[in-house]
Amino acid sequence: MSAASKPKTHMQTRPVLALFILLGGLILLALGLTLSISVGAADIHLLTVWEAVFHFQPDLTQHQIIQELRLPRALCGAMVGAGFAVAGAIMQGMTRNPLADPGLLGVNAGSGFALALCFALWPGLPFPYVILFSFLGAGLGAGLVYGIGSLAKGGLTPVRLALAGAAVSALLVALSEGVAIYYQVGQELAFWYAGGVAGTTWLHIRIMFPWIVAGLIAALMLSRSITVLSLGEEMAAGLGQRTGRVKLAGAVIVLILAGAAVSTVGMIGFIGLVIPHVARFLVGVDYRWIIPCSAVLGSLLMVFADIGARMINPPYETPVGALISLIGVPFFLYLARRERRELG
Amino acid sequence: MKSMQAGTMEHRRKIRAAQVMAVLGALILAAFLISMNTGFIKLSPWDVMKTLVGAGTEKQELVLFDFRLPRIVLSVLVGAGLAVSGAILQGVSRNALADPGLLGISAGAGLAVILFISFYPMTEGAPVYLLPLCAFAGASLTAAVIYSLAFRKGQGVAPTRLILVGIAVSAGISAAMIVLTIKLNPEKFQFVSVWLAGSIWGANWHFVMALLPWLMILLPYVMVKARVLDILRLGEPLAIGLGTSTERERIRLLAAAVGLAGASVAVGGGIGFVGLIGPHLARRLVGPHHQYLIPASALAGGLLLIVADTLARWILQPSEIPVGIVVAIIGAPYFIYLLMKT
Repeated sequence: MSAASKPKTHMQTRPVLALFILLGGLILLALGLTLSISVGAADIHLLTVWEAVFHFQPDLTQHQIIQELRLPRALCGAMVGAGFAVAGAIMQGMTRNPLADPGLLGVNAGSGFALALCFALWPGLPFPYVILFSFLGAGLGAGLVYGIGSLAKGGLTPVRLALAGAAVSALLVALSEGVAIYYQVGQELAFWYAGGVAGTTWLHIRIMFPWIVAGLIAALMLSRSITVLSLGEEMAAGLGQRTGRVKLAGAVIVLILAGAAVSTVGMIGFIGLVIPHVARFLVGVDYRWIIPCSAVLGSLLMVFADIGARMINPPYETPVGALISLIGVPFFLYLARRERRELG
Repeated sequence: MKSMQAGTMEHRRKIRAAQVMAVLGALILAAFLISMNTGFIKLSPWDVMKTLVGAGTEKQELVLFDFRLPRIVLSVLVGAGLAVSGAILQGVSRNALADPGLLGISAGAGLAVILFISFYPMTEGAPVYLLPLCAFAGASLTAAVIYSLAFRKGQGVAPTRLILVGIAVSAGISAAMIVLTIKLNPEKFQFVSVWLAGSIWGANWHFVMALLPWLMILLPYVMVKARVLDILRLGEPLAIGLGTSTERERIRLLAAAVGLAGASVAVGGGIGFVGLIGPHLARRLVGPHHQYLIPASALAGGLLLIVADTLARWILQPSEIPVGIVVAIIGAPYFIYLLMKT
């Protein structure tokens, strides 16, 4: 570790801006959470929100709506957004692949497939176990994509990975749909496909929270090594890093973050693609800043997208995953055009 | 001497192509008989024969002529349309991985269909014939967007970039479709969700009649252009050297491919991978000459879809799964295999 001294590159980092983003982002996030709690089918005054959170009175309907529906939903959005964004940041840093994203590289589809099997074979399995299956499935999806991508002639190029990811996702989604129809669990699963935070309960939060927090802390601890790894594998090895170990640790963190997020809200793509790029653009190349900023920005995107999803067509909700895709696709196209030398 | 040799080569190729097509045709016929017999009500091949010549019971006639037959005919037509569309796209873009589904053309057609359904009052008859037209408009627009996004001056359209852009555009279109479908009323929503899954279970003769003219016009057109496709496959400089106005021919052929895909998608829904596998299978069997490749692709695609549709009905009797799922389960591994090889 000590050998990995601060890399001197022409790309600089901007710690002051990063701190500002972290602080400002957290303040905005608090605002977003409050807003998210107050808007919806029943509009609730901000003062009531404050009272419901800090002076909860169980006999008031509005307080109950807030405590049972809105609060878990808002918190869930924030955690999931952070999880997807950091998973994407780690993937992009480790693989030096600008198109890496848990949704694009089969992680989410693998997790969804595991969930389908889970609902079909063990109906009523408690959520703590469901989340473990989700991790396994995420590993399966990622393993397949990386295996296929690296077995291909000519090695692991970003485009090949993206194509393998698309094909594996198509296969896994088709298989899960088949399973869902065969065991007649389509209704339970439909929710996971569309992607949404609407059905979140405190149970989900309690179980997901430790995984996400552990994943985020581990990501922060690993961030220094990821910065080194993002300079290139030879460079990292030359600087004395055990690249194999770092990659393994990174992969485990990605699977935990993405798996936990998917098991709660379903397959939401593109957060893990867009946010790390924005963070890198803002704060520079040091993953010690990129990772925390990605977490904050990812939370912000998810919370505000969820608010938007409720406001587009009230009283119906627009699936938040679709909304985020609509933001993410133009961004992906922009990247695919810009990175022509690496991708061509 | 040399020309004689070339002549016998050509002759041999022709015989081989004829054999392959005969076998594919026979397989389609066999699949047809099996498919007739598959489903909730059993009809033995003998019953089918009897009913076809008009000696069956009323119930048998109903099942055969109103449910099974249109569905089978439709699956063959849709498979043929998608496969030929894929063959053209692969030839024009010189890209082994091209497929109307992967390139987002099918998604574009789907979006147009959904827009059409959501704004058009549901009445009997009329929409069915307008659907392919509408899908064609959506597919062309999407194809134009994808082509221009993937195009770069001096380099043309690089194969992988084309697919990457296609994947992104179809992801975006799917998201837009989800947002749109939510605004539909329940009956329309039902129609759209069945349609989206890629299914021919709502088939009737109206759909067949809506698709048939497209194939009848576009397939012969593509056959006439088979030579041009052969030349385009050689690459830009050589094609220009041989006196082809490449840009114009390419756009015409692309339009034909988009038309075939759009019309097929309009009645068959979001079925992917047929346009990928059909032409590949055909190329293995008859070689790269489009004069044979195009009809062989059509047959292979039709065979693939009729088999997949029969499986979709048979696996989970008495319920069915959308044929798009069966095709994806067969097709995705094949795509992965191709990806690893190229």
